[in-house]
Amino acid sequence: MQVPEELHYTKDHEWLRVEGDTAVVGITDYAQSQLGDIVYVELPQVGDEVAASKPFGTVEAVKAVSDIISPVSGEVTEVNDDIAAAPEKIKESPYGDGWLIKIKMSDAGEVDALLKAADYKGIIA
Amino acid sequence: MEPRKTPLYDRHVKLGGKMVEFAGFLMPVQYGGIVEEHRAVRRSAGVFDVSHMGEFTVSGDRALEYLNAVTTNDVAALEPFQVQYSAMLNDEGGVIDDLVLYRRDSDYLLVVNAANTARDFEWLSGRLHEGVELKNISDAIGQIAVQGPQAEGIVAPLAADDISGLGYYNSMNSSVAGVPCLLSRTGYTGEDGFEIYADAARTGEIWDAVLASDAGPVPCGLGARDTLRLEMAFRLHGSDMDETTTPLEAGLGWIVKMDKGDFTGRDVLARQREEGLKRRLVGLMTQTRRFPRPGFKVRAGDEEVGAVTSGGFSPSLECGIALAYVARPHAKKTSDFSIDVRGEKVEAEYVKGPFYKEASHK
Repeated sequence: MQVPEELHYTKDHEWLRVEGDTAVVGITDYAQSQLGDIVYVELPQVGDEVAASKPFGTVEAVKAVSDIISPVSGEVTEVNDDIAAAPEKIKESPYGDGWLIKIKMSDAGEVDALLKAADYKGIIA
Repeated sequence: MEPRKTPLYDRHVKLGGKMVEFAGFLMPVQYGGIVEEHRAVRRSAGVFDVSHMGEFTVSGDRALEYLNAVTTNDVAALEPFQVQYSAMLNDEGGVIDDLVLYRRDSDYLLVVNAANTARDFEWLSGRLHEGVELKNISDAIGQIAVQGPQAEGIVAPLAADDISGLGYYNSMNSSVAGVPCLLSRTGYTGEDGFEIYADAARTGEIWDAVLASDAGPVPCGLGARDTLRLEMAFRLHGSDMDETTTPLEAGLGWIVKMDKGDFTGRDVLARQREEGLKRRLVGLMTQTRRFPRPGFKVRAGDEEVGAVTSGGFSPSLECGIALAYVARPHAKKTSDFSIDVRGEKVEAEYVKGPFYKEASHK
């Protein structure tokens, strides 16, 4: 189970990578392995506001639907358009090509409230 | 009550099967992934443990008369070793179970849904005719299904007899991997394939031999079993029909032979035919990957006209597919269907027959 050291995590199995004042967000390797075959992903649009701890989309797998919870608040600046046609990227590369949205953070301090890799590993152990 | 294990349980665990409880049994829902397993069956071959199903034998001089009285299809039409899909109805015409019925040399074999085995046996026992013997042999029998265009290539080298001439919905006694069995050219996937019934204690030997085959069939779980059957619009008892729905409402009129004589539930069906049905199970398909799930509401225009009974993602067509009961006046191609998928109105089109049209069954 991949849990890259440099990323931040939520207890709802999202990951976040800081790039300046932007956060790149996706779901973890653990999340995709629990869901099984991901068929459809519903994502917000560029310009939408997202709020920390609130859902911004859903992941639909053959056997289950799961909300995606935003780790931080801000404005959506980019959405991964490749995911609609190729949701299997989430399974193949959950932290790379499987990224979901980029958020211009309204409060970078919210990142401090997230889990570090070691803590997240503890949750999924 | 503790869930039971099929004869192949340990093998599923060793293969990395994700085990879940189903109909009182621990069954693999998937191994590598539902979509991957589904595609393997459509493209080459997959192998399923279906040992959880129920099996009954019916014998005696009056067996034929009895079976014709308790099922909807015409048992008298069966040639030796021919097989038919059928249904057992209650007195209100509701479907107690759908089943597959085999005529053998000295008895009939009924194969029923795992979830209904006890209920079916109780019902059949209660309606038994004198001179007919009914036995529940479910615990003694294991069953494996090999399904896919390569199924014959996998089973033929392992079979003691020539199976190439075995026609669709026919069966034969033979042995596979040296294990005596009943083999039929049947299945729940739409592909060519075989269902193999053997002694529970020896079913594992057949499974091992099939998996070791050069063609490398993929072990498949209940998840793929469901996506495969839904693509064919095959009904699932408990979802698409139950004791409150008649076979006519469920679109199974083709297994109801009104002219064969009287059978339980016949009078209700005759009345339904005369008065017209109030609702009808239809097939619906979306244009998007957004797929419907059971319970989602169906609209024709702005009017709510029904709900989804079975719904899911079609791995072959890459869109949503569903079966749904719809009020009779709207159960047609020209209705402007949509399905409410968690608040979003998703357009759907009416599909007659299988969603997947290229299945390889003979």
